[in-house]
Formats: sequence, structure tokens, C-alpha cells
Amino acid sequence: MQHVVIGAGPAGVVAAEHLRKHDPSAGITIVGAEPEPPYSRMAIPYYLIRQIDETGTHLRKRPGWYEQQDIEVRQGRVASVDPDGDSIRLDDGGVIRYDKLLIATGASPLTPPIPGTDLPGVHNCWNLDDARAIIEYCAPEKRIVLIGAGFIGCIILEALAASGAEVHVVEMENRMVPRMMNETAGGMIRQWCENKGIQVHTSTKVESIEKSGGGLGVSLGSGETIDADLVITATGVASNIDFARDSGIDIDEGVRVNEYLQTSRDNVYAAGDCAQGRDFSTGEYSVQAIQPTAVEHGQIAARNMTLGHKRHHWGTVNMNVLATLGLISSSFGLWMGADGGDSTELLDRDGFRYLNLQFQDDVLVGASSLGLTEHVGVLRGLIQSRTPLRKWKDKLKRDPTRIMEAYLANTHAIGYNSHVFSPR
Amino acid sequence: MLKALQLEPEKCTGCLQCEMACSYENEGVFNPAKSRIKVFDFEDEGRFAPYTCTQCDEAWCMHSCPVEAIVINPETGSKDVLEDVCVGCKVCTIACPFGTVNYNSSTGKVIKCDLCGGDPWCAKACPTGAITYVDADSTGLERMRAWAQRGAPEPGATVNAPAENEYPAGGTA
Repeated sequence: MQHVVIGAGPAGVVAAEHLRKHDPSAGITIVGAEPEPPYSRMAIPYYLIRQIDETGTHLRKRPGWYEQQDIEVRQGRVASVDPDGDSIRLDDGGVIRYDKLLIATGASPLTPPIPGTDLPGVHNCWNLDDARAIIEYCAPEKRIVLIGAGFIGCIILEALAASGAEVHVVEMENRMVPRMMNETAGGMIRQWCENKGIQVHTSTKVESIEKSGGGLGVSLGSGETIDADLVITATGVASNIDFARDSGIDIDEGVRVNEYLQTSRDNVYAAGDCAQGRDFSTGEYSVQAIQPTAVEHGQIAARNMTLGHKRHHWGTVNMNVLATLGLISSSFGLWMGADGGDSTELLDRDGFRYLNLQFQDDVLVGASSLGLTEHVGVLRGLIQSRTPLRKWKDKLKRDPTRIMEAYLANTHAIGYNSHVFSPR
Repeated sequence: MLKALQLEPEKCTGCLQCEMACSYENEGVFNPAKSRIKVFDFEDEGRFAPYTCTQCDEAWCMHSCPVEAIVINPETGSKDVLEDVCVGCKVCTIACPFGTVNYNSSTGKVIKCDLCGGDPWCAKACPTGAITYVDADSTGLERMRAWAQRGAPEPGATVNAPAENEYPAGGTA
């Protein structure tokens, strides 16, 4: 049995390790496009502030780990896949045959349709190569314009600001992190950033980037022009699926998969940012492009590839945690609310603390928070277990911070005589 | 034989000595806010529930870590945070469905129970036996697991699923 995994990110590496666990004798090959050992893009913001060096970004740190696991890690960019011939072709002409294939090619940043994005000094912030380029600009006296105040934009803000550079953020939506935060929380993140000296421009687009003096001139839809030494574009990502477009494998926004992460071809699976997997909350198939989903997909795909389709996958909970200049935010599931549902929120605007819970009947279906660092994962647990909250829904509506108590009271036996009473 | 923390809420009086011992042993301060074990207060019912990490076999936090900063302690089976490797991205804090990995903003790293390397101070400090450190397959722990699983209609937030479980502890199916 030869398993081939395309992609050396978290989904691919976790999948390869689980393939090995479930199938000790199989051949396992990971094909990664970048020259570095498998690394994590999640760690790049910490590389930018020089908290870690490049090795600190590596997914696995033990020397010889892949050799010990008998996992071959091969550098190469996949040009095409031939599901009829059970093989993939690399852009150097090499051909790799597989019995089972996992597509875990991840995503790439979208370049916004703005004139001038090809100029020197305009970068994405996605891979280590981008980070190396950006780190050169991170210095006092420099002027940086960040296009896009989404997750990636916000998570690198700290690195940009910490360098002492003058930083502008331009977001076409009306608030920061619009895909993760509602207007209240997005507005608070903006205020937090402005208090720390970031210049935030929302509800406006960058119209063009032009050479100007020794640097760049960034023209906004509002008519304003900002001088910059560095422009970073962080306007979303798209699945890396071009190589499979002519393969006959069913492709949409990402590689289409069923509830077993199997593609339209029986022996081809997909996982992570390139897979259009099931969303736990909506039941729909969409690309989530988040670390926890990449890892879960990798585990599940590996199991299904080796042990058969024993268990239906209910989908992954869309969730994110983000620190924007030290302000921590998180969002889970249907944080924006469910049809026919209800909600509660606790707001301390001056203290930059916020907690919003979304219910459907007596089940938690979504949540978002600012400044919450304790027990935040139980929000995921309550959502994913669909635990009926019973009388605890009303208690949470009065005090949303009691999420751990709500979880414990409904899943554990608590208090005197608890061995005879059921949880309630 | 691996050992585990056995938590028996019915014996807890809410004295918080476990939190004091944990924060002092692990953070050098008597500060319940920095404790890895927490006593939850059901004040209107006069009940208390100590709760901390149950050291899942297929730990969500460990698998979700993008830089391999959470590893299995071969001596105790606990899932330990390597503070020098942790970058502070907090993905584990949202991945853990039990809410037992917390971010410590004063260090910029995450903290979770590591069983104090096999000699947990919370258990030593507990005056009523609500927290004990016992053989992992003891009936008490099984009872806790059974109750936990009973509360979850989907195989979602269950406690410490068995090693041979098809899905990571807590399950995604």
C-alpha cells in the first residue's frame, strides 16, 4: 500500500502520522512545494516579532522524526493528478504512483485586483519567504500600509507595530475582522488599535498603488493618499486546487468531499484549507481554512483511508482565536446568530471585554468574545456536543461568563449524593 | 500503571486550597487566577466542582498545536506544555472542548495541568479527599467518565475517551 500526501502543512503532516499509526507497513510520502522542512504558517507572526527563529516554526522538532516514522518527505510542486492512472506528476516531470492519495495542498493568498500590486515593496504575508521580506521593513521610521483587517492582517499587526513603524490598516468592510466579529466587537478592536497608534481606515478600498518618491503611494477610495515603504496585502485566501482542475476530480470552491473526506474518486481524499468539508454548524460544505480544521481533517482522512468508512463525520466547528496588538478575540460556530435563535451578551466597552452567546432552543450554537482567556474552549465543547443547557440557558442569559458551570452542571454529577442523581 | 486525578465534587467544600497549591507550585504565587485546577461554585445550590484537564489520550490541544509545544510526558501520561516552544498562538485554548487550557497573558504562553510531574499538589492540598491521585483505571474515574458521556447526546464533549476510540477523545463523528 502506497499512501501519497500532497502538502506538508498541518493537515498533511498530521495525516501522514496517523496513516503510519493505522497502517504500520504502508509506504507514506509527503510531497511539499516549499524548500523548508514542514512548518506552520500560524507561527509566522511570532517569527516576525523575532520571538522565535525559523526552526521555531517547524511543525515537528525532533531530529530525524520523519525518518523514524518512515515517512518520506519529498520536495516538489505537483503539476497534475491523474486519477485514472493513480499517479501525480510534479512540475520537474517526476511521477509518483499512489494507491491512496490525500490532497492537502492548503491555500494561497488572494492578490486584490488593484493596480500596482506587482510593484516592489508590495507583499503578501503568507509563507516564510514573505515573512523574510517583510521582516526587513519592520523598523522605526518605516511606513507600512496593511490592506485587509481580517484574521491574517490583524495577527501580524503586532509585529508591524512593535517595530515602531507607522502603520495604516485599510479594510473595505465597516469594521475590523468582519468574518469573525460583529459590529460591537469589531468596533472595539478598532478602538483598541487606534489607542495604540494604528491608523484604521474602514469602509474604503485601496484604488491603486503607485511609485511615489522613494516609496509607494497608496490611493484610497476616500480620496486620501498614504505614503508607504511597504504594502502588505491580506485580503483572504483561496484553495490551492489549480493542479487538479483538469483531473476530473470534482472541484468547487475547494476539492469537494463527502462526510468521509473522500473526493469524487474513491481512492482520493482531501483535507485542510483546500478541502470543502462539512461545517458542523450549517451542515453545508465549505472551506474553513483554519488550523484546528486542518488537523481534524488530517486525522479523519487518515483513519478513513486506512480503516475504512466506519464513522460519519459531523463536520468541523468553524472557530478562530486571534490576538490583535494583545487584545484577544475568539469566535465559534454561528457567532453571528442562528435563524430563530436568541442570544445574550455582556459588554464592558472601556475594559475591552465582551462575550456574546448564541442559542438555538436550549443549545449553544455560537459565541464570540473579547478579552476572554480562561476556559474559552468550553464554548467549542458546548457547541459541538450539542449539550442541552436546560435551566442553565436562563442562567447564562443572566451571566454569560458561567459557561464552565453550565458545561459541568449538564455533563457531570456534582455535589452531595451526586452518585444517585443524574446531571442536570 | 498510569495514575490520574480523580475528582469527586460531592466531597468538595470550596476551600480553594487546591487552587492556592497549584498556583504556588507552578507559578510561584498564591493566586487562584493562575491555578490550572479550578473550583466552580454553584452558589445557589451550595455545591462545588473542582475541574481540570483529564489528560485525553488523543488530546485535542496536543494535536492542534502548530509547533509541537504540547507533548506527552512518558512518565505520567500527562500532556505538557513546553514553554520554550509555545509561541502563544492560543489555538489549543479554543481546541480543548473542556476549557482546561488557558492563556497566561503575563507570560504570553498557555498553561494547563501537567500533574506536577507525577506528584500533583492539588491532591496533596485537598483536605477532604475530593481530589485524589489514583490508578487511572480505578472505578471512580470510570464512573466520572460514564456520567460525562451520559450528558452528551452527540459523541462530542465526553471526558477522556478510551485509547482505542475511533475518534480523538471527545470525537468528531
